[in-house]
Amino acid sequence: MTESTLVALPVILPLGLALLSWSCRRSPTGSRVALIGGSALLLALAIPLFLVVREAGTPLRLDFGAWRKPLGISFKVDLLSAILVAVSSIVGFAGALFAAGETGRILWAKGYGTFFFLLFAGINGAFLTHDLFNLFVWFEVMLMSSFAMLVLGRRRFVFEGATQYVVINMVSSFFFLSGLGLLYGKTGHLNLEEIATRLVASSSDPVILSSATLLLLAFGIKAGVFPLYFWLPPAYPNTGFATAAVFGGLLTKVGVYALYRVFGGAFGFLSEYTSDLFLAIGCATMIAGVLGAASQFHVRRILSFHIISQIGYILLGLGLLTQGAVAAAIFYTVHHIFVKTNLFLAAGAIAATGRTEDLARLGGILKTSPLLAILFLIPALSLGGIPPLSGFFAKFILLREAIREEAWIVTVIALLVGIVTLFSMTKIWAEAFWKETPRAGAPLPQRPMLLVPVALLGALTIVIGLFPGTLFAIAEEAARQLLSSNPATMNPIQ
Amino acid sequence: METLSALLIGVFAACGTWLLLRHGLFRILLGLALLAQAANLLVFTAAGLGRGDTAIIAGDAAALPDGHPDPLAQALVLTAIVISFGALAFCLVLLKMTRARTGTSGIDALAKTES
Repeated sequence: MTESTLVALPVILPLGLALLSWSCRRSPTGSRVALIGGSALLLALAIPLFLVVREAGTPLRLDFGAWRKPLGISFKVDLLSAILVAVSSIVGFAGALFAAGETGRILWAKGYGTFFFLLFAGINGAFLTHDLFNLFVWFEVMLMSSFAMLVLGRRRFVFEGATQYVVINMVSSFFFLSGLGLLYGKTGHLNLEEIATRLVASSSDPVILSSATLLLLAFGIKAGVFPLYFWLPPAYPNTGFATAAVFGGLLTKVGVYALYRVFGGAFGFLSEYTSDLFLAIGCATMIAGVLGAASQFHVRRILSFHIISQIGYILLGLGLLTQGAVAAAIFYTVHHIFVKTNLFLAAGAIAATGRTEDLARLGGILKTSPLLAILFLIPALSLGGIPPLSGFFAKFILLREAIREEAWIVTVIALLVGIVTLFSMTKIWAEAFWKETPRAGAPLPQRPMLLVPVALLGALTIVIGLFPGTLFAIAEEAARQLLSSNPATMNPIQ
Repeated sequence: METLSALLIGVFAACGTWLLLRHGLFRILLGLALLAQAANLLVFTAAGLGRGDTAIIAGDAAALPDGHPDPLAQALVLTAIVISFGALAFCLVLLKMTRARTGTSGIDALAKTES
């Protein structure tokens, strides 16, 4: 397989799989096989792509239609893109395993598998492309499939959250479009490298600054950062569990990725304005998310608010903008995607055995399903930052970098938020597992099929915790490649 | 011509924002539609307007003459119009179903049942 095929397939394959899933949507068994087999195939494709990019040491490129750099649309796979494509296909595989156990005949018939694969085509496209308008298109592919997946089950409560989600995200798309339109009008290019080389001279141009603001707003809404996160907690907790797990793990992270790609790369010369801004947004996001979570008593609402607080941690890397900090943020992103997906899937398993997600009415699961209790505890403790799990090292290297940059307030806030996170996780543990059996009746016996993806992701959390050095070395190389496209630090001879 | 277009974008964006902040779901949809048009027009205008001829580079030139509107921006707008039309169509169906399911067309009633 040539390199260019390898680069294009993570987008083309899911599109084909979406068609395949549509053709076998009438048969639930066929749909399950297509979903699991297809996502395994995607995983089998993303891992070699990652290995090739890591081996090569330089980004892989693919210019569509052989139009060369300033003209055509190009995919450029640097290590960051390759890591995220690999991580998202692992999440996709785990989500598919859970969806196969959870999803019923009606949802399959409505094309659940089709939208699942379209979502991954969008996510992979957004990670791989190096063209701003193309990024917009992949964002839309991703959003439209996520809109559809969200309301596919037509549960009553989902519509209220979905309305907010759809309207806010459409507004964010218009911001994105306006921002890139202004940027194109000024620079005449859409390729991020070309934009970067043309932007250095015009740092205080009002058009460039308004374009940067529009892009910041657009990606900020999608990432769920502090004043713009309010669409997220109503939307995620009412949809299917596998859907919520994939959304919670990946969708906001695509927004964060776009922030890193644009504000760590082409707009990196603005860092004297943006770095304090990102630190402030990061801290506010951490606090708002974790306090929101502390006031909730519904498993997935707690987890949704924790997505927001973790996004805050990841943004700190963009505020500090040193190579070490960006590497720490990439490490944190990988850890967070696995752990968050894992927690949402565990929430699904909890709801399947306890018949509710309301902590007040749950209880006694430790007795009936001790395996689930252990499997929940792994990501929960990892999210709280307990050694030797992945979350400890993620927080450790990020805070080490913050201390090195003498960002004391940030360090204190991050530590405090970590403690409150642990409090929320203990709350779920104590209420759902530890407490006596509720009056409503003992929990149902656990379906072992649902625990397979939870165990898979839990094992990954432990492996990252055992070998943090390997992942950190990869993250450092990814950070170096990302920042080398920043015109402020760019090597003039390339 | 650019000034006129800029004013038009401003009016669209202002009306769109106002409608978006109203109570009714249908007004919100209209607001989204107006904002979409504002964004599309902005992309179209930002690359420069001009009374150009066909966008074909003459045989002995390396680029289009100065002041000639950029054809790529028009291609981008075409894509963006298709995307926003699709998104609005989805939104229309969603808002209709929201109304049927929750029995209200007011956004405040939706906020109340949350969390």
